[in-house]
Amino acid sequence: MFVFKLILRNAMRHKLRTTLTVLGLTIAVLAYGLLHTVVDAWYAGAAAASNARLVTRNAISLVFPLPLAYENRIRGVEGVTLVARSNWFGGVYRDPKNFFAQFAVSDNYLDLYPEFIVPEQQRADYRRDRKGALIGRQLADQYGFKVGDVIPLKGTIYPGTWDFVVRGIMEGRDESTITRQLIFHYDYLNETIRKTTKRNVDQVGVYVVGIKDPDEAAVVSRKIDNVFKNSLAETLTETEQAFQLGFVAMSNQIIAAIRVVSYVVILIIMAVMANAMAMSARERITEYATLKALGFGSAFLSVLVFGESMAICAIGGGIGILATPPMAEVFKHATGGVFPVFMVSHETMLLQAACAFAVAMAAAIVPAVQASRVRIVEGLRAIG
Amino acid sequence: MSTTPLVQISHVAKSYRRGVQTVPVLTDITLSIAEGNFVALMGPSGSGKSTLLNLIAGIDRPDSGELLVGGLDITRLPEAALADWRAANVGFIFQFYNLMPVLSAFENVELPLMLTRLTRHERKERVAMVLDMVNMADRMSHYPSELSGGQQQRVAIARALITDPKLIVADEPTGDLDRSSAADVLAMLQRLNDKLGKTIIMVTHDAHAAGAAKALVHLEKGELIDGTVG
Repeated sequence: MFVFKLILRNAMRHKLRTTLTVLGLTIAVLAYGLLHTVVDAWYAGAAAASNARLVTRNAISLVFPLPLAYENRIRGVEGVTLVARSNWFGGVYRDPKNFFAQFAVSDNYLDLYPEFIVPEQQRADYRRDRKGALIGRQLADQYGFKVGDVIPLKGTIYPGTWDFVVRGIMEGRDESTITRQLIFHYDYLNETIRKTTKRNVDQVGVYVVGIKDPDEAAVVSRKIDNVFKNSLAETLTETEQAFQLGFVAMSNQIIAAIRVVSYVVILIIMAVMANAMAMSARERITEYATLKALGFGSAFLSVLVFGESMAICAIGGGIGILATPPMAEVFKHATGGVFPVFMVSHETMLLQAACAFAVAMAAAIVPAVQASRVRIVEGLRAIG
Repeated sequence: MSTTPLVQISHVAKSYRRGVQTVPVLTDITLSIAEGNFVALMGPSGSGKSTLLNLIAGIDRPDSGELLVGGLDITRLPEAALADWRAANVGFIFQFYNLMPVLSAFENVELPLMLTRLTRHERKERVAMVLDMVNMADRMSHYPSELSGGQQQRVAIARALITDPKLIVADEPTGDLDRSSAADVLAMLQRLNDKLGKTIIMVTHDAHAAGAAKALVHLEKGELIDGTVG
């Protein structure tokens, strides 16, 4: 108890210095947490993706579609339970900055995505309406869309302005589910382009494939690709997670840079903290010598220094950790929904705490050794 | 005053290194201080009086010779044992008081008791009693910065007394005080010596302060010039 009292009072001895150090730590731990969450958000799509679903696309590039005729042949492959179509629509809602994903999908698409929860009535309304669309909850909240609203999308791949009527809202099964997309009927898209441009008719962007056993994903993938070997449009099948990670991999260097910056922030505050602790220890040489003369050992002095460093880091780090979730919320809104899932994970909070602890320990090592090695006679002489 | 020696110093020498040079500070000191005595160590600056006090108090070690306090050769004690010995047997009074600025007068006096097994209640009782002895009971919650030099030195004396040590070492205890406060502190040390039988060794270069002691030891250039020690 006495030691804690001494540690806390020592920590608060130079109020301005301590306040600035705590502030620096708070900002550093907060910045680390936010940057770590950005990296997590980058991977959120892949993390939420399933290993029990496969994605079959054109082996040359995602840009090239596959024939509609492949659907039945894929369905015939052993281990496949369900095949759904999905075409990237790429429409613009009012302004190009209002980016969100839109897919033209077959009617059985939602059967493959139990994480999207749509009330039965809304699902039926959607099925009945050729121009109907389902939108995710995050998207609905972002733009204030509600059931019955018409969303006009200006096609960038498929010319013209397309009006979709919101027939239902997809709720996410949990917080990690990304619900920032719009889906509509593949048949509506296919029939419309058949009448207008006649380009890409009966073509499918990717097939989403449900399989019996996720452990057999690699085998089933190989079997599907073998079916189309040496055809005009060879396929590449992989798990949905691998498919999503392929997108993330395109920005690997950016992610690596963010990671490096997050650790640099911690290293900088470590240096600042070490300097503050060294200054404190230097100023207290006489006190350490006095304590030693009174019979306190070197270990006690080390505890005082480490304790003070820990106390400052606990306050700064604690505030930083507590401030991260609300700041993440602010960050999420400020970035206009670029990150549909921007949640501070428990792992991130633990890492923040670990960083604060590491800063406390690293900053105190040299001053603690100096304090414990103070020679009483020299320390007492230092006063005058 | 007993005739049993509390401090026995035989052929003690001490030197310091200054770069490649070795500077002798004490040369062949032999001295005996009886239990219950009040000794003033006097001498000009650099005579080695503070070094001798440090050796007796166990905060420095001689290069050679024997130094017995209460029959124990403290030069042979390892560092941790020497720290324990100091905590139990020596009370320190410094020229600049050396109180912990973040602790109140009460907590400063209580500090050495943290190394004992006394309960919180026992510590509290003892600290209150000692602060009362030095007339600082009404200032126990004050911090050093809120006390005058004389008051701080009284708190330091209370801290030196709190573990009831046999030996009290004081390095220029009046060096930073005005005449009135200095007289107050000296009177207090005399009372501790007379009433409680504490052995006090005080370094001073002030003849007036030395007058409060029962015996004088003169040092010059690291050598004992004369000593009237019981």
